[in-house]
Amino acid sequence: MPNILDATDLNFLLYDLLDIEATLTATGHDRAIADAILTTAERLAEDMFQPFAAKADAQEPSFDGTHVHLIPETEAALTAYAQAGFPAAGFAEADGGMGLPYLLCQAAAGWFTAANVGFAAYPFLALAAGNLLAEYGTEAQKAAYLTPIIEGRYFGTMCLSEPQAGSSLADIRTRAEPQDDGSYRLFGNKMWISGGAHEMGENIIHLVLAKVPGGPAGTKGISLFIVPKFLEDGTLNDVHLAGLNHKMGYRGTTNCALNFGEQGGAVGYLIGEENRGLSVMFHMMNEARIGVGQGASVLGVSGYLHAVEYARERTQGRAVDNRDPASPMVPIIEHADVRRQLMQARSYAEGSLALCLYAASLVDRLRAGEDGVELLLAILTPVVKSWPSEFALRANDIAIQIHGGYGYTRDYPVERLYRDNRLNPIHEGTKGVQGMDLLGRKVVQDGGAPLRALAQEIMVTLGTADAFPQERDQLGALLQRVGAVTAGMAAQAASDPKAYLANATIYLDMLGHVVMAWMWLRQAIAAQGHSDPGFAQGKTATMRYFFRYELPATGPQLDLLESMDRTCLDADTDWF
Amino acid sequence: MKVLVPVKRVIDYNVKVRVKADGSGVDLANVKMSMNPFDEIAVEEAIRLREKGAAEEIVVVSIGVKQSQETLRTALAMGADRAILINAADDVHTDIEPLAVAKLLAAVVAEEQPGLVIAGKQAIDNDMNATGQMLSALLGWSQATFASELAIEGDNAVVTREVDGGLQTIKVKMPAIVTVDLRLNEPRYASLPNIMKAKKKPLEEKTPADYGVDVSPRLSVVKTSEPPERAAGVMVSSVEELVGKLKNEAGVI
Repeated sequence: MPNILDATDLNFLLYDLLDIEATLTATGHDRAIADAILTTAERLAEDMFQPFAAKADAQEPSFDGTHVHLIPETEAALTAYAQAGFPAAGFAEADGGMGLPYLLCQAAAGWFTAANVGFAAYPFLALAAGNLLAEYGTEAQKAAYLTPIIEGRYFGTMCLSEPQAGSSLADIRTRAEPQDDGSYRLFGNKMWISGGAHEMGENIIHLVLAKVPGGPAGTKGISLFIVPKFLEDGTLNDVHLAGLNHKMGYRGTTNCALNFGEQGGAVGYLIGEENRGLSVMFHMMNEARIGVGQGASVLGVSGYLHAVEYARERTQGRAVDNRDPASPMVPIIEHADVRRQLMQARSYAEGSLALCLYAASLVDRLRAGEDGVELLLAILTPVVKSWPSEFALRANDIAIQIHGGYGYTRDYPVERLYRDNRLNPIHEGTKGVQGMDLLGRKVVQDGGAPLRALAQEIMVTLGTADAFPQERDQLGALLQRVGAVTAGMAAQAASDPKAYLANATIYLDMLGHVVMAWMWLRQAIAAQGHSDPGFAQGKTATMRYFFRYELPATGPQLDLLESMDRTCLDADTDWF
Repeated sequence: MKVLVPVKRVIDYNVKVRVKADGSGVDLANVKMSMNPFDEIAVEEAIRLREKGAAEEIVVVSIGVKQSQETLRTALAMGADRAILINAADDVHTDIEPLAVAKLLAAVVAEEQPGLVIAGKQAIDNDMNATGQMLSALLGWSQATFASELAIEGDNAVVTREVDGGLQTIKVKMPAIVTVDLRLNEPRYASLPNIMKAKKKPLEEKTPADYGVDVSPRLSVVKTSEPPERAAGVMVSSVEELVGKLKNEAGVI
């Protein structure tokens, strides 16, 4: 069963592609420590997370009106995870954490997510809340709420959406009324709150976006509050579970409609300043988006690994040139079209993981104060969030296809992995929102500096790609065209903003493919010295596959973008 | 009391073992390796003895390739106090035979003077189940094999052994060798803070020559082959047919 991740590939990505050793050394750690941590993560994932993933999916959480019920395995997994010290891994030593590189934490997290995403969400939501508190909380807030998160005792949520305001946060209605003692009372309804109600741990720290009456309209009037489930004196705060949502996947995670202030107001404490809530939240959202891409990637990788195993074991048919019906059937991996599908799934899933870990390494470089990294992260974040959500998901789809009818049943894990992964193009900013962010904000930011920074990085790789001249030239020419098309579009952005943004998602897909081709070229180059020649050959072949079968899709996309095609923009709403 | 725990780096229990094409052994190149699961249980038991106050120091020792360091670090991260690596092979495919291992361990025991040696009952790679017994013979110490419970009472170790048909409890005088079975305990995970601490714990590197032991193999491997594939089953239509087949074809009843 395991097929959670491929440790050989993960080590290749960390050490050969991304040189994590340099980051480890710079932060006072070494490879032995990193290897031991990853081994513990792998074992915990295998022993404590994966075994109940299917059960947690089949027996989703229930609410009896008073209590939320989760299957008992959840508590044991949580205890093991906390005792192993994972909640503290990424936090600064000054806050009581271990100060491990973000890249290493993301790699370890990959094991847990791929093994059981519906459970892993609980500790990871706590980390996200903790990260925000570490960055913006006062010392008193950190002592009260961050320390127990680092110790694995408290959980957390992010309460942004409301029933009437999802992507459109400007329209939230939850209000926060200031009190004489400096605290606030919150009133309103929040929707889609993952981990919003359960009985694990000692407390849940809700981080809630709300508007203080009298503030500016729209997003400029949004503030951010800490609203604990239990107040410091141990009494329940005025936060109520209105109901659980019943989802397609991620079913181990409670997803909640929460009501704040049914009985006089939920006690909340302001983080940072009034009306600055959204920028605080979005600072953290960038890392959350890398996390979404990473989650999508590892679910795709797991599906791909299951498909490879199945294709090696399942026998059907014979070679096309074998006419002897008495000869034994061959494993389906012997069929060219199955290998094509595996190649496609691998190029999407492994490529996505390479991209997301690269982005994580950029976060480490940013923290180390390296120049120019911020621009790279700016342009890449929407791609990192969206491309894996779309294409690693397709790897899960292919994994079902390779399993045939069996893949469509719940006796095999591939359909669950697909359902779990289907969330990723939706949450933390839908794909459409990411396209708008990329083309409407990042591409035009600082006179195009982020895109130039990315092009420069790609050019560096092309300069080391002499072993692959054909692919080097293909990507070099494509990069030139992307620059020209983008410049042409940007020139019309001000005069015709609707047309400029009409095909933003197409631009996102196109740039995603360019970035992925770059990632594959980098992997093929880095794999050349690998101790296992078969590994290097596999990476090279997958790189060639991507350049030949997938990258040409950018041609027609660039045609649409270049002409600023108006087919969809001009479509009358009455025609649908 | 000092406790000595030998640990072996073996092919991971989750890896599908493949026989090398030339039949000289199993393929260990680029294969995931980890601590022999029975040795993990031995390390865990030693840590529990120390936590109960029955032991003061835990020394782990590994004999093999240099990468066995990682296995020792795992033991240190679980809670052992210090480690000894005996570099006895350059190639991961070189197996050090039980007698050579037992001789090296006897030499380590002579130096370290532990009150107890806790070892895995066997390594999951070759399943020899010999080292603990040979070490006992070389030292002239008592042995208690296949332990599923262990208690220290004064100068004695009280050991419940898993034997055919049930459990046997024996009392052996220490110093003694105890080899452990699967049900003795659930080994802990190496936690992140302990992984960090393990880095600072001492790891001494030695060679067989330091102990005057010749580790060259006495056995020659004639052939290694995969177990025969299981033949396909047949569906029987009645209990009578099943009984008939068991009696006449399988000859088991």
